Parts: sequence; C-alpha cells; structure tokens
Amino acid sequence: MKFKADRATLLKALAHVQSVVEKRNTIPILANVMITVRDGKLTLTATDMEIAVVEDVAASTTRNGACTAPAATLYEIVRKLPEGAEVELDHPGGDAQLALRSGRYATSLVALPTEDFPSMTAGTLPNRFALPAQALRGLIDRTRFAISTEETRYYLNGIYLHAADSDGVRVLRAVATDGHRLARVEEPLPEGAGSMPGVIVPRKTVNELRKLLDEVTGDVDIALSDTRIQFKVGTITLTSKLIDGTFPEYERVIPRDNDKVLRVGKKDFSDAVARVAAISSERSRPVKLSLARDLLVLSAASAEQGSATEELDADRVKYDSSPLEIGFQARYLNDITDQIAEQVEFRFADGAAPTVVQDAADSSALYVLMPMRV
Amino acid sequence: MAALCRDCGADPGEGPVCPACGSRRIVRHAELFTLHIAHVDCDAFYASVEKRDRPELAARPVIVGGGVRGVVTAACYVARIYGVRSAMPMFKALQACPDAVVIRPDFSKYVEASHQVRALMGRLTPLVQPLSIDEAVLDLAGTAALHGAPPAVVLARFAREVEAQVGVTVSIGLARNRLMAKIAAGRDKPRGFCVIGAEAREILAPEPVRLLPGVGPKLANRLQAQGITRLAHLQGLDEREARRRLGDDGPALVRRARGEDDRRVNPERETKSISAETTFDVDLSRAEELERPLWRLAEKLAGRLKKEDFCAGGVVLKLKTSAFAIRTRAQRLASPTRLPDLLFEAARGLLARETDGTAYRLIGIGAAPLLPGHLADQPDLADPEAPRRVAAQAAIDALRSKFGAAVIGKGRGLK
Repeated sequence: MKFKADRATLLKALAHVQSVVEKRNTIPILANVMITVRDGKLTLTATDMEIAVVEDVAASTTRNGACTAPAATLYEIVRKLPEGAEVELDHPGGDAQLALRSGRYATSLVALPTEDFPSMTAGTLPNRFALPAQALRGLIDRTRFAISTEETRYYLNGIYLHAADSDGVRVLRAVATDGHRLARVEEPLPEGAGSMPGVIVPRKTVNELRKLLDEVTGDVDIALSDTRIQFKVGTITLTSKLIDGTFPEYERVIPRDNDKVLRVGKKDFSDAVARVAAISSERSRPVKLSLARDLLVLSAASAEQGSATEELDADRVKYDSSPLEIGFQARYLNDITDQIAEQVEFRFADGAAPTVVQDAADSSALYVLMPMRV
Repeated sequence: MAALCRDCGADPGEGPVCPACGSRRIVRHAELFTLHIAHVDCDAFYASVEKRDRPELAARPVIVGGGVRGVVTAACYVARIYGVRSAMPMFKALQACPDAVVIRPDFSKYVEASHQVRALMGRLTPLVQPLSIDEAVLDLAGTAALHGAPPAVVLARFAREVEAQVGVTVSIGLARNRLMAKIAAGRDKPRGFCVIGAEAREILAPEPVRLLPGVGPKLANRLQAQGITRLAHLQGLDEREARRRLGDDGPALVRRARGEDDRRVNPERETKSISAETTFDVDLSRAEELERPLWRLAEKLAGRLKKEDFCAGGVVLKLKTSAFAIRTRAQRLASPTRLPDLLFEAARGLLARETDGTAYRLIGIGAAPLLPGHLADQPDLADPEAPRRVAAQAAIDALRSKFGAAVIGKGRGLK
C-alpha cells in the first residue's frame, strides 16, 4: 500500500476516525486505524466494536494494500506536520512497519496485520431513507441533552428514533429521557421511513454522528435494521449497533391537559435563571418559579450562601392563570431553553406535576420537565 | 495537681485515700477542672441491665444474645474474662465459657434504661450527642456557673446518679476533644474515669493504629504494608508526606493520630444508616431461598425509612458466609426510593452475583446513602408505571396501619 495525500485532507479524516477509537483499549488493535488502498482508492476505517466509521479519502495512490496503525499516534504526527505539507504513507505488506514521510521528516510505525482488525458487519439494512443534514442536526441537538447516563436503565442511554402519528400527520420522531426530563422532536416523515422499526441509537453514536454533521449541507442517507443503523454523510459511512431494549411508553407521561400557560422571552428567562441559581453551588440547584398574573418571580436559596430573587413583570411575561409555585433544577431549565429561539411557552398543571415546555413559535419540539419539591 | 474524689466529690488533697470518705477512687490531672468534652459509655450495657434485674446473676458470666445461631450482643465483664466478646458467634462464646447464662435480648428494657441515662445527661448540658444506645458525647463548656462546679465534678456526680437511679455503671473519658474523650473512656473500663489533656500525643504514640476509631483491619493492613503499625509512625508524617503515602485521607489520619479532632458536639444526631438483617437457622445458598428473607427485610427497611422520614439513594446488600466472612455489595439507585419493591429489586440484582454456591448464614439490606424523605420516589418520566406502584404501596400501608402488618403482603413473602 502506498499513497500520497495532503496533510489537511488526511488530518480531517484521521480526526473523524480516531475519535471513535476508545482511548483506553484492552485490545491493542482497536486503538488502530485500518488504512486500505483498493482499486486505487484510499479508505480509513476505525471501530470500537459498537461503532465503525469508514471514510473515503482523496489521495494519489501508487500501490494497493492495507495495514493498521495506532490512530492517536498517526493523528498526532500528521497534526504536527507543517500546513500545506504532502504526506506519503508506504507499507510494503506483511509484518513490515508503516513508513510515513513528509518533506525531510520520516517515521516508521509498528503496524498490526489487517486480518486481526475486527470487521463490524452491518448485515442487511432493509429500511432506507434520506434526511437533510440540517433536520438530523435538529433532531439530535434538541434531544441529546436528555439522554440518560444511568447504566441500570440502559435502554435510556440513547435517542429513540421511530415513525409516529402526530395529530394525524406521519412524522419521524426522536425521543430521549433520563426520567427527570424528556425531549420529543419531530420531522416530517421521510419517504421510505414509514415501516422502520423503533430503534434506540446509543449516545456515543449520536455524539460521533453529530461531529460529522457539522461540515455537511446535503442529505444524509440512513439505512437500518432492528439491530444496526448506518449513516452516510458525504464520503463517511458510520455504522452502529443499536441498543437492544424497549423504550418506555413515553406518550403516557406527556401531560395533555396542562392549562396554565406562561410565555416568557428565552433570553430574559435563561439569564434570570442563571443569575438566581448562582447563589447555590449544589449540583442540582433548585430554582423556584412563583407565578401570578403577568408576574414571574424566580428565586433560589442555599443554606450556606444566602438567597436570590429576580422579578420578570408584565413587560416580559404573559401569564393569566391562578397563582402557582413550582421548582426545577436550574440546569434542566437551561438545557431546554438553550434549544428555543425566542419565546418560551410553559404549560403547567400544578406545582407537583410534569410541566410541558415548547418554543412558542415551533411545535416540532416538545419538552417535559419534572418539578423538584422546593 | 487538681484532684477529685469520685465517690464524694471532695478534694482529697495529695494522699492516696480521700480524707472525707475514705475512698481510693481518686482522679488527678493538671487540666482536671478545665476540660469539658466528655465521652460517656455504659459498661456492658445490655448485660448490666439484665444483672440489675436479676441480682442472683451478679457474679455469674452473663451473655446477651439470641437464637440457636445468634451472636453475642453483649457480654458482662465476668464473661469477658473467659474471652467472650460481642459479635462473637454464640457457639464459640459457649465453647469459651460453658457456664455462661445466656439471655435473649429484651430491647424495650435497654431502650428504657438508655432513656433514663440520657435524661440524666440532659441535666448536665444541652449539648448531648447520643452515638448509640449506650454511648454519648457531651460538651459541658460554660456550665460551671450553672452547676457551681467544674465539669469533672459534675460528671463524677452524674456517674454516681446513674448507678443509683438506673442501676448500671458508666465509664467516662474527659479530654480536649471528642476523639480523645472517646479514647479516654475506653482506657479505664468498667466504672472508669480517665482524663487526657496535653499529653494526648504522648499517650497515643505507642498504641497500635487500630486504636483510632475508623481504622479497621483493611486500613491497618494497608498501613502495615508501609511499615506503619504504631500511632507514633503516623504522628511523624508531615502533611505532604501523609498525602503522598496515604492518599487524600492521609493528613486527616495523621491529625487524629496526634490526638487532634475539631468535630463539635452536635445534639441533632444524624442517622447515618438504616438497615435490617437476619441470621438463618440453617445456612442458605440458593437464590430463591435467600430472596424470601431478603424481601421481608426490604419491607422492614422500607417501613423504617418511612417512619424516620428518609429514603435510600442506594442499596447495600450484606451477606455473611458460613465461614463468617462478610460480603457487602452496594449499588446506587437511579432515583431515591423507599418502596420495598425497588429496594428489593436492587438488592436482588446484587445478590444474583453472590449466589455462586456459597452458603450464607446471614443476609441484610441497608440504605446508603441515606437521603431526606422528600426525595423519595419522585415521579419518573421514564417509568410510566411508577405512580401505580406508589399508589399500591400507599394502599398496603393504609391497610396495615389499620389492621396490622399481617393483613396483606406480597406472595413472595410467604413461606
């Protein structure tokens, strides 16, 4: 295997694949990236056995072949080469080392045989559809903060992606919850997704995919079975196992009859929450919302440090139901308002019941938040 | 040097015998009348209460403990001469001391006696922090004006009152801080009165590291591996060295080894853990056999949590093998609870990994960390069934409070 590529192209591709590689690996070859030149085309592959990323990279190739080399080391070396440099990688085959040359720099890396490199087969992926990258970004950004990290309920450690009916309209839905908050985001159902099974996409896959989406504008091709999902983003193919579990019947916990509506500017609200919560150093800083007609008082207290309040009045708040007091974790409020553009709409039932939060101008995302007893 | 006759409270002067009452129980210490932190420990408490109620046993070895397979809950000082210790398995205790009179514990009696002792403590100072049923720490700072006597005199009088009114004896440690007071109380048992002041460091130096409360066999082994067996070895470490060799807790350990302690006496005693355990009549090893008592303990634990308004942030499973090795396994809960089902499920998960054929003689379940009750069973968006479980438990609790615990139960609690 032998090819030349420019540093920037190679660095970008290595950045993609090396972030999949587990940093602390007990199986040495899993720390490696597989470099393949076949039919004159260069491909990089990395896997942690749960996720595999395969990327086609532009290069001028002179000899077919393949080897594997430590991903992090290779990435570090290429990163340190001068900008605009051309990099040559050369592996004669067998047990030989991988030679990397650039200008007057030369290095040899221990390579491991490709036969030992685990292949993650996707199997057949009967459900195929395409989704604009921007829509996929929207699904991920507005749900992933609610993914649970709790290991016992492993089926909450990802985004539940499925086809659903939303008031008679067929939609593609992404849902995540950690039990304290729930995020449900919808996109119009893409053609071909109607018969897809509901799948739970693991958190790491979501995060790796999201990094890849930063640079693209077109469609992402998605293919899935009930155990695997594959995303084609430009020249990159990300294949992942799915979480084998049953996502809870989340619709049952979404309140339908919350009729006390508060509307408040996103910035006014989140700034006030941040200021009030600053009094407490607790991780689960509770913030109390006290509501009266067109008045919202935010308050927080800490046994060690004192208390703080801030009022938002009729200029900035619309509320015309009966007075209400309710507490939430500051961080949870901010995670949700971060996803909202201008006006936040809260729909309360009472001080102890789940509260619905939405962007007043966009009903595609719905959040449910459990109050804290304060 | 300041001196006090423990039997009459008079100043006995320099001699070995109190000129006022003829007693030899005299305590002398340079700081006797200035120290004010006291640790009070009832001597062989359960056994002493039993002996009080059955004077014919006064000279006999008495063991309080229960069951064919039980352990020694308390042993009187006569039984201790034979080597009987609390927490020893009963059969071993009886091997060591075949003539012992074994008495089943009657906790209501001990609780009553404990309350009497505590009431007497309450007259000395408001700063009484009970540490267990038979132990408390008191801060008598500033009480001299009230009592017209320094703390040492008041404490000696208190010890006489406990003997006269409750019928048990206490040992008292008086020192500059809680740690040294506790150590002092242990140095002169039973019926002791030990004072430690500035000489704390000197006294501790030759002692084994195990003397420090909180240094158990594991830590002692770790220390020994570093050549640290006596407190003197710890005393010599500076802060940086302590941290380097012993980890983040090192400097605190060194301070304690020097007899330093800045904990205050806090009358609002915090409950640190709540648990329930049971010893079987015959060893059990199969998961199904162990789960039945575990369920009953989970219900008991849930009841105690509710009664004291706490909930469990995690569950601790305790097992004792037939060879008396103790295994504890812990797991954090996703969200705090005091529902028996959830406590049981968490413990059952831990138990599954321990049912490897080992025979166990004891099983226990505990709540740790213990969290305030209002955090219990918060609604859970990922568990649509949760409200029904809470409602079902509330219905069970309501029935039981009306008709008794036996009126309703889950099938898995049945024999």
